Amino acid sequence: MEQIAVKPNGEKLTLKMRFREWFIENIVMIIFLSICIAGIIIADQPAYFLITQLLERISRNTFLVLALIIPVVAGMGLNFSIIIGAMAGQIAVIIAKNFNIGGLPGITLVMVLCVPLSILFGIMIGRLLNKTRGQEMIASMIVGFFANGLYQFLFLFLVGLVIPIANKDILLQSGIGLRNSVDMAGVIQANADGLTTDGLKYAIDGIWKMRIFNMVFFYGIMMLAFNSIMLLRKQIVSKIAIKSGSVLSLILEPAEPKADRAYRIRLIGYGILTAVAFAIHYLGMGSTELKMISTIKFPMVTGLLIALLALFNVVIQKTKLGQDFRSVGQDQHVSKVSGIDVDKVRVIAITLSTILAAWGQVIMLQNVGVLNTFGSHMQIGMFSVAALLVGGASVTRATNAQAFIGVILFHTLFIVSPTAGKTLFGDPQIGEFFRAFVAYGVIGLSLGLYAWKRAMGKAT
Amino acid sequence: MYALEMKRITKDYYGNRVLKGVDIRVKPGEIHALLGENGAGKSTLMNILFGMPVIHHTGGFEGEVLIEGKPVAIKSPFEAMNSGIGMVHQEFMLIPGFSITENIKLNREIKRPNVISKAFKNDSLDFLDFKEMKKDARAAMDTLGLDIDEWAMVSGLPVGHMQFVEIAREIDKKGIKLLVFDEPTAVLTESEAQNLLAAMQRLAAKGIGILFITHRLDEVMQVANEVTILRDGELVANKQIKDTSIIEIAELMVGRKIDLKRKDTKGKENDEIVLSIKDMHVKMPGEEVKGASLEIKRGEILGIGGLAGQGKIGIANGIMGLYASRGEVVYEGKAYKLNDPVYALSNGLSFVSEDRRGVGLLLDTSIEDNIVVTAMHIQNQFLNFGIKQSKKIKAHAQKMIADFDIRCTGPVQITRRLSGGNQQKVCVARALTMNPNILFVSEPTRGIDIGAKKLVLDTLVKLNEEMGMTIVMTSSELAELRTICDRIAIVCEGRIEGVLQPEDSDADFGLMMSGDYHKVKHGRGGIA
Amino acid sequence: MELKDKQISFKEWWRQFAASSSFPRWIITLFFVLVCALAIAQGLQLPKLLSDTVVRFGMNVILVLAMVPAIQSGIGPNFGLPLGVIAGLVGTLVSFEMGLVGLEGLIMANVISLPISIIVGIVFGMMLNRVKGSEMIVSTYTGFAIVSLMSIFWIFMPFKHPEMVWPLGRGLRNVVSLEGIYSKILSDMWSIKIFSEKATGKLIFLFDKTEAYTKANFDSTLYVDIFAIPVFLLIIIALMCFALWLFMQSKVGITMKASGDNPRFAAASGINVDRSRIIGTTLSTVLAGIGITIFSQSYGFIQLYQAPLNAAFPAVAAILIGGASAKSAKISHVLIGTFLFNGLLVISLPALNAMLPEGNLSEVLRLIVQNGVILYALTKIGGES
Repeated sequence: MEQIAVKPNGEKLTLKMRFREWFIENIVMIIFLSICIAGIIIADQPAYFLITQLLERISRNTFLVLALIIPVVAGMGLNFSIIIGAMAGQIAVIIAKNFNIGGLPGITLVMVLCVPLSILFGIMIGRLLNKTRGQEMIASMIVGFFANGLYQFLFLFLVGLVIPIANKDILLQSGIGLRNSVDMAGVIQANADGLTTDGLKYAIDGIWKMRIFNMVFFYGIMMLAFNSIMLLRKQIVSKIAIKSGSVLSLILEPAEPKADRAYRIRLIGYGILTAVAFAIHYLGMGSTELKMISTIKFPMVTGLLIALLALFNVVIQKTKLGQDFRSVGQDQHVSKVSGIDVDKVRVIAITLSTILAAWGQVIMLQNVGVLNTFGSHMQIGMFSVAALLVGGASVTRATNAQAFIGVILFHTLFIVSPTAGKTLFGDPQIGEFFRAFVAYGVIGLSLGLYAWKRAMGKAT
Repeated sequence: MYALEMKRITKDYYGNRVLKGVDIRVKPGEIHALLGENGAGKSTLMNILFGMPVIHHTGGFEGEVLIEGKPVAIKSPFEAMNSGIGMVHQEFMLIPGFSITENIKLNREIKRPNVISKAFKNDSLDFLDFKEMKKDARAAMDTLGLDIDEWAMVSGLPVGHMQFVEIAREIDKKGIKLLVFDEPTAVLTESEAQNLLAAMQRLAAKGIGILFITHRLDEVMQVANEVTILRDGELVANKQIKDTSIIEIAELMVGRKIDLKRKDTKGKENDEIVLSIKDMHVKMPGEEVKGASLEIKRGEILGIGGLAGQGKIGIANGIMGLYASRGEVVYEGKAYKLNDPVYALSNGLSFVSEDRRGVGLLLDTSIEDNIVVTAMHIQNQFLNFGIKQSKKIKAHAQKMIADFDIRCTGPVQITRRLSGGNQQKVCVARALTMNPNILFVSEPTRGIDIGAKKLVLDTLVKLNEEMGMTIVMTSSELAELRTICDRIAIVCEGRIEGVLQPEDSDADFGLMMSGDYHKVKHGRGGIA
Repeated sequence: MELKDKQISFKEWWRQFAASSSFPRWIITLFFVLVCALAIAQGLQLPKLLSDTVVRFGMNVILVLAMVPAIQSGIGPNFGLPLGVIAGLVGTLVSFEMGLVGLEGLIMANVISLPISIIVGIVFGMMLNRVKGSEMIVSTYTGFAIVSLMSIFWIFMPFKHPEMVWPLGRGLRNVVSLEGIYSKILSDMWSIKIFSEKATGKLIFLFDKTEAYTKANFDSTLYVDIFAIPVFLLIIIALMCFALWLFMQSKVGITMKASGDNPRFAAASGINVDRSRIIGTTLSTVLAGIGITIFSQSYGFIQLYQAPLNAAFPAVAAILIGGASAKSAKISHVLIGTFLFNGLLVISLPALNAMLPEGNLSEVLRLIVQNGVILYALTKIGGES
């Protein structure tokens, strides 16, 4: 395995070798894909149901999974402490709820409130993880549990007793402590997509929804335009003066440019995609089921936020800060000797992850519509980490693509396993236990393989 | 004007004077060799030059550092970089998963502000200008004649190229005035080393001052203009290469007054060979043995000497089975099994490790348990139906404490709280509890005070003389070896360069340690 | 001048004290004393609460004892405790299915679980040898995964006993009652109770087999239950501690401890470090198996499915509170830690609830103390970059 990385540069690899490498590197993802396909076949649910469910879960969870990438790049492993970010998000929601601010102003307030809270928590977590170097993952898990204790103390006892609450609806009868579930729905409809002026439910999802094939059509057009520009970039660069180091230069003059062939292949692919989407959405072609599927709407603003975060994860790595993340992630000692403030870089990485997790939690909550005060955040860490790993990420390497693939596969399994369990064994509970087993198992396996490799590296 | 001047540098570590008024001057465009045995003060001098934290944490230093004639007070390696001095490390400070360009520009990346970084007034959000970085990297690599792609991953490069990347990083730093090479050729092949020396000359020709730390005297003769020799923290000599010879340098490095107090050893001449080693290889990181052959005679004290990193430490560790080894070893007339600590220990070999705290002791366990645990495991001593015999252990430990004068509160004190010398005595006591036939002792006096040193050495002599125990002592302190050993084997580059008598000349020891003995004596005799 | 010297030395003393592994013990002791004072101030019967503490101590102590061989052999606190717990549960269920009751049933449960936990322990130990340096996180998730996998098995296992399986549907119940099987068999045996006679206020000591004991136990109009000592259970616990202590004095135990203290030292002494670690892991797993049978008899129920998921954390916290660190542990740490941790929880429950009836402040306190102590121990391991 290790030899692959040190293969002398420039040597051409045969297709077979490249496939083998790819296969070995993506073994977890491939196994998972197989399980998912088997699950889909066994569960035999209607495609409409499956896609509706899947799109909902993608829009709900992807942001949180993407929030895990920066700490991985910075060498801190899988950040189980994103549940603390989630708590920050929930605190922000409760504050907004307390003052009964809903709708777009409400959600803006929540998003803004997330930032100072998360920065505070992130710095504390980062400092702690700097003291538990080498054991960051178990420490980030335990610090999540610990923070959960403090969170409960805050919302079970301090609220109402020490901290005055204006909105009595969210308090328990006794006036001390919050209710187990806080309803985020509003009453005054602002549009047909579920947006209200007084509630937080669908405050992001409901802003703008688009039917999925229409969305695919426009996405295809955009990608066609982008790839055409990239194909013609040399001509463009020769015509107009581009400042070295500017955004334009970064895009048009990449340090390691792809071959023109890659852009041509993409052009063809996106061309076909655009044409198919056009045919279904605008020409109404396809079977009845396809027509039914084409009525599914996707929350565009949520999708845009996810896309922005994915972009952020890429762009940040082109900055000095991102380069520091990568340096520290690869070798703390060399980075320190080179004058990089390793501890600070690590604190920044965790703080960014915490802020993003808080926003991710708000995105999820506005979709679910109900804040389960003492439970909503609990499973976030485990499920997000498992999803990322399923996509083929490891403790030391994680990309946007792996996050997207992981979310799709992991949540497909979530949707199909209870039904598959019922079909196979007559018991939906089996499917539920199975998916818990898979989530824990995939984390355990990934961590184990990583530790094994590391231990072998130390031995030689 | 000098590129670097260090004047009257004096440094104490906890009352122990390691540098005594050392002067060194490097001219621009000159290759200046800095020589000395381990502990001569080379690394302390470099730590001072680079402002390493260890210097400030131990009370700073006395003396003056001038760069291009201006006095400087360097507080950190980062400041050293800004003052125009750089170092090519012995272990590479490279990130394997990065490209050559990224490594050359590590934490010195070329940045371009963008909208966001301007808005936040934070340059860490600036974009990196990879194109410019690539240009700089190319320029630095061209200076060195390194013809590989700037985007090649460092992890795939041969060792020689990695070293060149390190050098490229240093010369890419703006206004570099002085470059320190710390044992740069140690990890290179012969031809790679020649390339490197040529590159050093090319850099010098550009007007950069070069400080060349090495143990290879032939390389010094080949490229250096001037040489400064340190010994025991003192400046011994500063000479132009054209005015000196390899033999004189070797002599100056080693020479010191030794009072050969030990009594005449001629009486116990015994040629019975108890352990013979042929073509032994030991894979001990940093102390690799590459084909050593040696014979150990019954009843002698054999010294193994040599410079750090040459493999002297590896021999005893290999015999004891602690690192993967191969070779032909005959012990007491029978073939000896390597790579098996249990075999070694149960056949009468015992070992006091050079890494006292890392390997030699259970730091949070009592003195008595430390002393008996190996004997209990290997020889089932001190056991009664598989349970330890506390009284017997206590009695034995008390005897050892009395015999070796271990200063402690009692046999149940944990060893972490003991001083270095007393910890060493516990290690020796543990080895002796095994009643060994041959005792291997590595660096027995490292890090312990002078009084304790003498006690440990006297103990070894006593064991040898009174009990006739065969002792193999590995040490970096040549003087120490010459005081108590019957013969001294010198290790260089993983092999036995030769075996000397304690009375042999300083020049012979010096040449053997630098690996030039045979070249000078038999080959190109009399280079000067 | 003298004063200044003293202040510096106090600062230095505090710094060292706050960094030592006995720091949590003193903090928790302080907490414990505070809740005791609170309980007394609120007129709660402290002896009764202490008596409950002893019961909880007996329930949990063997599970905490399981940490000792793990830490001493160098794998650190055994976060994979659920593996041993599941082995113990399998033994308990099989013995139950066989229809065995009383002491016989409890012994049979352990006889059956022993070979299972030995095999599980060996395999688990072999696995941990491959992930040196990351034992804690890997064993945590291994434990979680196995608990979930076993949840599927609990549904499928061919148990028939009507008290164990759901009357309708399939699979084992979430909670199986041990009432009439061997509920509290060890806890009640040879138990000595102290009652106070309501009429006279006189304290009387009663031994379990006596007629007066039975009478006092049931007639709450005449007697007040003050304190109970589960003598037999405490004897069993003492015997197990002694057995573990004896093992630690044996050649195998001493070499195992040497492997944990300093693996390089051990290797240089010809000790097979990997084997020592497997022995430590196996011993820990076996103790966890025994521990859960003792826990179940005392609790009166077998808890299945997700119940063992978080079994490791309170046990790890307890031994750390006792003064252990991730690298060294003694039996005394187990006894002190288990008593303090459980005492704090038992006494804080009514004491805090009297103040704040809403919610379960004691449970919140448990979360904070338990995870805070583990975090504190983790900061003592890491640090080097």
